[in-house]
Amino acid sequence: MKFYVDGIGVRGPGLPNWTTARAVLAGCAPYQPAEVTLTTSDTLPPAERRRATDTVKLAIAVCSEAMHHAGACSATTPSVFASSGGDGATITAILENLATPARELSPTRFHNSVHNAPAGYWSIATQSRAASTTVCGYDASFAVGLLEATSQALASNCSVLLAAYDLPYPPALHAVRPIAHGFGLGLVLSPYANVHSVAECRMELTRDCGPATALADPMLEALRVGNPAARALSLLLVLAKRSSQTVLIDYVSGQLLAVTLQPIAAPAP
Amino acid sequence: MSPLVMSAYSIESCLGSGLSATLDSLRSGRSGLRPCSFETVDLVTVVGMVEGLTTEPVSGTLAAYDCRNNRLARRALEQADFARAVAAARRRYGAHRIGVFAGTSTAGIHESELAFRARDSATDRLDLAGIRYRGAHNTFSIADFTQRSLALAGPALAVSTACASTAKVFGVAARMIELGLCDAAVVGGADSLCLTTLYGFHSLQLTASGPCRPFDEARDGISIGEAAGYALLERAADAGSGSGIALLGVGESSDAYHMSSPHPEGRGALSAMELALSAANLMASDIDYVNLHGTATRIGDAVEDRAITALLGATPCNSTKGLTGHTLGASGIVEAIIAALCIEHGFIPASPTTRKLDPQCTSHYVLDSVSRPLQRVMSNSFGFGGSNCSLILGRQK
Repeated sequence: MKFYVDGIGVRGPGLPNWTTARAVLAGCAPYQPAEVTLTTSDTLPPAERRRATDTVKLAIAVCSEAMHHAGACSATTPSVFASSGGDGATITAILENLATPARELSPTRFHNSVHNAPAGYWSIATQSRAASTTVCGYDASFAVGLLEATSQALASNCSVLLAAYDLPYPPALHAVRPIAHGFGLGLVLSPYANVHSVAECRMELTRDCGPATALADPMLEALRVGNPAARALSLLLVLAKRSSQTVLIDYVSGQLLAVTLQPIAAPAP
Repeated sequence: MSPLVMSAYSIESCLGSGLSATLDSLRSGRSGLRPCSFETVDLVTVVGMVEGLTTEPVSGTLAAYDCRNNRLARRALEQADFARAVAAARRRYGAHRIGVFAGTSTAGIHESELAFRARDSATDRLDLAGIRYRGAHNTFSIADFTQRSLALAGPALAVSTACASTAKVFGVAARMIELGLCDAAVVGGADSLCLTTLYGFHSLQLTASGPCRPFDEARDGISIGEAAGYALLERAADAGSGSGIALLGVGESSDAYHMSSPHPEGRGALSAMELALSAANLMASDIDYVNLHGTATRIGDAVEDRAITALLGATPCNSTKGLTGHTLGASGIVEAIIAALCIEHGFIPASPTTRKLDPQCTSHYVLDSVSRPLQRVMSNSFGFGGSNCSLILGRQK
């Protein structure tokens, strides 16, 4: 499977956007851990802006950044959203409400609890009626999303937006599902090279060739393994370094995605 | 898209276990909806509940996946004809060449609901042993459990797009097979009763007090059901005799309007249906019957009626949710299988809970079961977040 990366968006601890993340991952700037800050997108209508949760804000932030870099049209680009836990804070609040005698749920909280809530908000923000799906692959949610987005791009011969994101659970569920920190990324994948393409990728689903590619820097490696969406960091590192390299990413049931990246020279200014 | 043969399928719902029980109910109009006696629910509503799940845990090597949702899924996975067809496909293609694409909206969240209720009120501590996070609570559990139960090892994922989940898995399978990532796919999934959806839809004032009445002038909301279903999809050239039913087209779209209300003109619904027709290379007049999303909410039915009338005119249509209830994330696979049964046996199912058609509705809504050869059937699934999916099934050429 051959495709191109046209745009990248990142939010993680100390990685507030792709420009900073690229410098850190390429070794041009020191990694300085910091809280993930999330702001509400001003592209959402007022009602949705009030109702947007942190998970929605994270997903929309990385989607917006990736689409901006790709120069792609949000209103017509299909999207694949990938998350392991969905909106853990909203689901925990519902579980707590249901444990009280009154069992009163907020209607907004209920509709925010669906796994595809960020996709719904994104489609409203961008007025996009294009196809959108939301997938889950537990720890391999990013890999599952990457294969699904690539197959959509190739089968429909158009660019596809991929968003992968997860936030830590509140304490009760954190004990059974520790996600160390928030992380999100957006990628715009295209079946053909264009002026925005930064890398050519060849990808295949393989078995028995692990382990998955790790990061040499212990702090960045801790980021990678601390959040299902951050499994993308091995791929982002090669994109940042603009090197030619094959990256192995854990897929489900013992399989791996082998992605071979080739940088595309930036056009002369 | 290239048609895919639906070489075997299985279903478990409040209509009973398997294809023949489902077929009998669809023809006779025997509804599986009953006053809600699920768990400790104190709402006045009816549900489509599957009996006996509380006493049959998943044990043995898959015990880590035990939850109501996977118990329900297992009932469908173990149906003899389906299990035999998957085993034959596994021998023919190899376990790693068969994909598993399964949908759910709430997976095994019910077990987490019980664990939160059983929390120690003094310390506020959860009994962590009560939560099987990976095997039950996490959305991927439905795909993981399905893949392990069938001893498959190919591409796998869970789709969770609310009530469109198990319709959209057909699209995943079509793409993955087209690109050669697998040779066949098991699609489907399960959604089971839980407090989250019962109290959640109640909070939105969307649950009916009696059996839901799709397209009725007095309709007042949904009846929640639970179900599991699966289909084995293969390329026509590879499949054996099978059911003679094929997936012809899939159309997916977004409403871009509201999180829990459909677009008032049904633009997203219309777009999904048009895209399904285009993928199948068919015209609207080629469709013989539409199994509607038809959940019996005031606005949802009105909007779908408008979209159906605009695109398909007087094509016969109705909703089977008065029989099964709205099985939420499972409704896509349930109604795809209903569509397949209708084609295979030549009939339009009954809609017994609809008594007086809404005079505002202009589509050709069928109330009683009709025997009639059907070549091609469309099935609609629309979910929260404005997620829409239309499927077209037809006789294998």
